[in-house]
Amino acid sequence: MTARTRVLGRAGQYLALLAYLVFLAFPFLWLISTAFKSPRELGSLHPTWIPRHPTLDNFRQAFDEQPLLHAGLNSLIAAVSAALIAVVIATPMAYVMARHRGRLATAATGWVVVSQAFPFVLLIIPLFLVLKNLRAINSVGGLVMVYVVWSLPFALWMLNGYVRAVPAELEEAAAVDGAGRLRTLVSVTAPLLAPGIVATALFAFITAWNEFFFALVLLKSPEKQTLPVVLTHFLGAEGVADLGPLAAAAFLATLPSLVIFALIQKRITGGMLAGAVKS
Amino acid sequence: MTSTTVHARSAARKPTNSRRGADRRGAGAWFLVLPALLPILVLSVGPLLYGIALAFTDSQSGRTTSTQWVGLLNFRDLAHDGLFWDSFRIGLLWAVGVTVPQFLLALGLALLLNQKLRLRWLARALAIVPWAMPEVVVGIMWRLVYQPDAGILNETARTLGLGGGHDWLTGLATALPAVIVVGVWAGMPQTTVALLAGLQNTPVELHEAAAIDGAGAWRRFRTVTWPALKPVALAITALNFIWNFNSFALVYVLTNGGPGGRTRLPMLFAYEEAFRYGQFGYAAAMGCVMVAVIAVCLALFLVGRLGEGDDK
Repeated sequence: MTARTRVLGRAGQYLALLAYLVFLAFPFLWLISTAFKSPRELGSLHPTWIPRHPTLDNFRQAFDEQPLLHAGLNSLIAAVSAALIAVVIATPMAYVMARHRGRLATAATGWVVVSQAFPFVLLIIPLFLVLKNLRAINSVGGLVMVYVVWSLPFALWMLNGYVRAVPAELEEAAAVDGAGRLRTLVSVTAPLLAPGIVATALFAFITAWNEFFFALVLLKSPEKQTLPVVLTHFLGAEGVADLGPLAAAAFLATLPSLVIFALIQKRITGGMLAGAVKS
Repeated sequence: MTSTTVHARSAARKPTNSRRGADRRGAGAWFLVLPALLPILVLSVGPLLYGIALAFTDSQSGRTTSTQWVGLLNFRDLAHDGLFWDSFRIGLLWAVGVTVPQFLLALGLALLLNQKLRLRWLARALAIVPWAMPEVVVGIMWRLVYQPDAGILNETARTLGLGGGHDWLTGLATALPAVIVVGVWAGMPQTTVALLAGLQNTPVELHEAAAIDGAGAWRRFRTVTWPALKPVALAITALNFIWNFNSFALVYVLTNGGPGGRTRLPMLFAYEEAFRYGQFGYAAAMGCVMVAVIAVCLALFLVGRLGEGDDK
């Protein structure tokens, strides 16, 4: 390999990287740009990247047109409850999956994989009927139950990886020192697992915060709906949309998950990989 | 191995208790699993079986008379439902059309991110963004990009002298390709992250040895990188195919199945059938057909993988 081809290769790599950066970033930059444009600029036939007269009017108008605050609150309640419950019930099961090599662990792992293949229609129709009979339709509580189960596979997967990362020798050492099983779990394993549990909870939060299909089907009255469902109301009939407020609301709805994702990005990818690589 | 020594030691200390201890551990495991297992059974496995059963009934929403078993009637109707098969074909076209470019682009990006390049951190951060965004927002965002007048795509086309004013999402010919581009964009992060992980598991020494032996980049990829990457690549591709085939929110927001059903994925079709027209039984039958197709695809895929394993 000559020095010349190496330089050319490097240049090619940077060119490719640049192309990827543009492809990945431009829709998002366009969303932000649209959110800050004045109505006049949005109506112009030659749109620009940088708003010439940046304005916050779109945000104000978005809040006027749709109950964004209320929908955000519904989303927050649903996502926080779902994340907390999911992690509380998934952690013990993930522990068993990682530590006991039995039929139970195999079945659980199998279910985690198979559950990825369900078409949601086959779940949502019966769930709709059952929740309707329980009068839990149109309630955020019913949605939380669905979200908990829906986020369990991935939570189990991630936590399974984190448990495996805790050396079993530590637990055995504690057992030899005379600590009971529960005591070992609480004082040795749990503290080491804590960061992984937090990451899993945050991921479950994002999953629920972003979810659309179940919320669309299960929540009928406007005052119960979550943010993604309310966002689609901006689209109106026949796809005629008020672009500015639409962009502003969409941008706001993304912020929480983006911020959380930025904070725990390494742990999520790490957890996903730990689950994948070590099983 | 260490655990057996520990158990042996405690057994030596209290020999009479060892059997009971093992029983207690088993019971303890069940106790730990139950909090997650119960909701899974009640809200996931149960509804799934119920859903399959519904496919053999004439269940409808808002009906006063009771639901009846109708056997295979729904499936017979489905077999003659041209619209359903249209949507099925579109679903497969979409799933392949998204999964393949998604994989190739993600592979390229993962290979780049595995190099020591400047701006790699920025690319890594950006590669994650679509993953964090709600699908609804991704759909809205791309509608802004595709807008006939105010969209950046048409403006770029105008600047380049290609003419503007294209209705990308409402044109009969452009709708499906336009939606596929969004699908590729939205699903790239997971694929990239998985492939990047696979790459980081390939032994560096092998790579270096091959480089010293004078193997070019392509040969090194084919002989060292790809064999190590293959299991991850196949797994993520299978998952992507399933996810894409089952996808809903993106296309619901982008086109709602239009124009003229050109982007009506099976999930959109089943959703309308169930929740617009109230045909629960019929929609459940569609779900069953979708599961069957996915199962067959997976089976073929697994058989292919096992076959390859035999060759080695």
